[in-house]
Amino acid sequence: MDAIILQILNGLDKGSAYALIALGLTLIFGTLGVVNFAHGALFMLGSFCAVTLQKILSLSFTVEDPTQKDFLGNPLKVDTPYIVSWFGDATGNAILNWSVPLAILFAIPVMLLVGYVMERGLIKHFYKRPHADQILVTFGLAIVIQEIVKYFYGANPIPTPAPDMFRGSLDFGVLIGFAQNEIIYPYWRLVYFLFSAVIISAVFAFLRFTTFGMVVRAGMADRETVGLLGINIDKRFTIMFGIAAAVAGLAGVMYAPINSPNYHMGMDFLVLSFVVVVVGGMGSLPGAVLAGFLLGILESFASMNEVKSIIPGIDQIIIYFVAIIILLTRPRGLMGRKGVMEE
Amino acid sequence: MLGLSKKDTTFLLVVIFLTLATPILLQPFPESSALAQFNAGYPDLMQRFAIFGIFAIGFNILFGLTGYLSFGHAAFLGVGSYSVVWMYKLLNYNVVPGLVLAIIMSGLFALFIGYISLRRSGIYFSILTLAFAQMSFNLAYSVLTPLTNGETGLQVYNNDPQVLMSEGSPTSPHFFGIVMNEATKVDVGGWQFTFSNGYYFCAIIAIIVFYLSLRIFRSPFGIMLRAIKTNQTRMNYTGLNPRPYTLAAFVISGMYAGLAGGLLAAMDPLAGAERMQWTASGEVVLMTILGGAGTLMGPVLGAGFIKYFENIFSKINDNILHSWFSALPDGLEDFVVFVFHPFIGKGWNLTLGLLFMLVVIFLPGGLIEGGTRIWNAITGKNRKKKREDAAHHPKPTSHVN
Repeated sequence: MDAIILQILNGLDKGSAYALIALGLTLIFGTLGVVNFAHGALFMLGSFCAVTLQKILSLSFTVEDPTQKDFLGNPLKVDTPYIVSWFGDATGNAILNWSVPLAILFAIPVMLLVGYVMERGLIKHFYKRPHADQILVTFGLAIVIQEIVKYFYGANPIPTPAPDMFRGSLDFGVLIGFAQNEIIYPYWRLVYFLFSAVIISAVFAFLRFTTFGMVVRAGMADRETVGLLGINIDKRFTIMFGIAAAVAGLAGVMYAPINSPNYHMGMDFLVLSFVVVVVGGMGSLPGAVLAGFLLGILESFASMNEVKSIIPGIDQIIIYFVAIIILLTRPRGLMGRKGVMEE
Repeated sequence: MLGLSKKDTTFLLVVIFLTLATPILLQPFPESSALAQFNAGYPDLMQRFAIFGIFAIGFNILFGLTGYLSFGHAAFLGVGSYSVVWMYKLLNYNVVPGLVLAIIMSGLFALFIGYISLRRSGIYFSILTLAFAQMSFNLAYSVLTPLTNGETGLQVYNNDPQVLMSEGSPTSPHFFGIVMNEATKVDVGGWQFTFSNGYYFCAIIAIIVFYLSLRIFRSPFGIMLRAIKTNQTRMNYTGLNPRPYTLAAFVISGMYAGLAGGLLAAMDPLAGAERMQWTASGEVVLMTILGGAGTLMGPVLGAGFIKYFENIFSKINDNILHSWFSALPDGLEDFVVFVFHPFIGKGWNLTLGLLFMLVVIFLPGGLIEGGTRIWNAITGKNRKKKREDAAHHPKPTSHVN
């Protein structure tokens, strides 16, 4: 029993990442009808927003400290981040320490802008072209974004630690009546799960309870009619693209402490997120979220030793395997709408 | 000749000539000149031209003719490589049994994957093939280690059975005694030409498979495939079931990919799982689109283009740039080098990505279309055609429904 709970918990954080990326993908597909292969790159850009902010905050100047000596007897050179010298020791270090959560504030405008520019500058011209062309051009864009990031940040993963407060692990088992040290779960993963739950609810609430969201939903159902009613639906869809990019970016920011960002992390996630979208059903937002969590949990179950001893290697292929079965038996996906890309 | 029309025969002869003369044509600059770095006439690169040309020709039979965009062709490439290396391990270094096995195995693989994937089309087909390829890649990396030697990659060890190995037989890949990595060097004036056995082996196979693809393009089967791309629904209405045709195209292109993978291992007796990764599938997509999908020469051009520039761009560094632009004033020179810096050396992929995007956006027909447009602009063919059109096909009068 404890093993099962542990696996569910383990699946949640990866599942949250899948769900967030898949949510963005589905938003783009549902509104604009574009298959965005560059979405993984947006996730990666989000992660690198965290890296960038960390770098900016820890910009330092060097002073010679006469009170300390290095082993040769010369005055020791001490790097002091500007932040620390401006705000004093306590506040400055706290800001440095919390750079990843702070990066959320930094990432939202950046990613919105990136999404907006991407849609207006490139995707806009591809609405009338076949899906294959959209896949190809966004695939090319993904390569370009990836290479630019590689040019500026190098090819190695850059460690981006979470705040000290969340370094440890939570003994989750004790809370629900198991013995100590049976179900241990890192705090940051818990934070990640809660964060993604908040983002997902926020997106759904935005679509459900605001006028803007209502118009967008109407546009998803029938773009032409909404346009005929005198509403500038293109503009709203562009904003939705920005929001989808921001969602992917936020998923990336918070994922940075779990997995040190490197330039090709987006591609790794992209393939899986596409599988998630297809399993959930093209164009269905709840489907994307559900499938994200489902596949995340399934993946962590498959990597249990008990399961692996029965079917070796199942953990490597389970997601693709499920996707193939779903696509063949239920082409619409788990919660796909009727008539959306069934062929 | 060979069941081809007169025009196609000439075309094939030109291709044969170009392929066989490649070691000379790609060596236009004398060794000592500053431009010698643009020469591409060395065996390793030429072999890759031929091999990836085969890969792209095969991919084009599927994507170019039927319009089904597969993102999983690298799986077949990997299967081909593994088969060949296994034959080295079991029999001896002769490449023929390996290549035969590579074609058979990748054909069977393609039959299985194609049978399942072709139940869906469009984006779903792409994702299904992608899923299968990633599955094969992950399996090759982990569970199938006894078969694939996991991360290390499959290679021949001293204690392998190699039952057909006799005393005098070569210890590297060979074709009935013709050793692949041997080459004849000929010096003519300042030029040095390398005629490598490996390249000619690949080139002859490439010519054969090019001929086959030419025949497929011109056959009723090829026309059927094009009909699928144009309008599958209408094809259904005329009472034709498109699936056997697409499956056949898929299997054929899988076999081409297997052959290419086998040849990779025939040139260098190694096989690694990274050959199956989806970025490798992406590469063949890039080649085909860049050259021109659906055209005969396009994919080969694309493959050659990408491999050539990959090689050249990776070699250029800042010093070479400085020497090129040394005529410019100092500040300007530094600035120009600074601008070009991200695109050269390790930044080749950035250049490739940008180039690919530009081609998809402005030239959906690839380099071939670009060439045709330039040709038409020079000869004024287009203008003439338009005038004719206006005379013979008056604009349809608008009608009300």
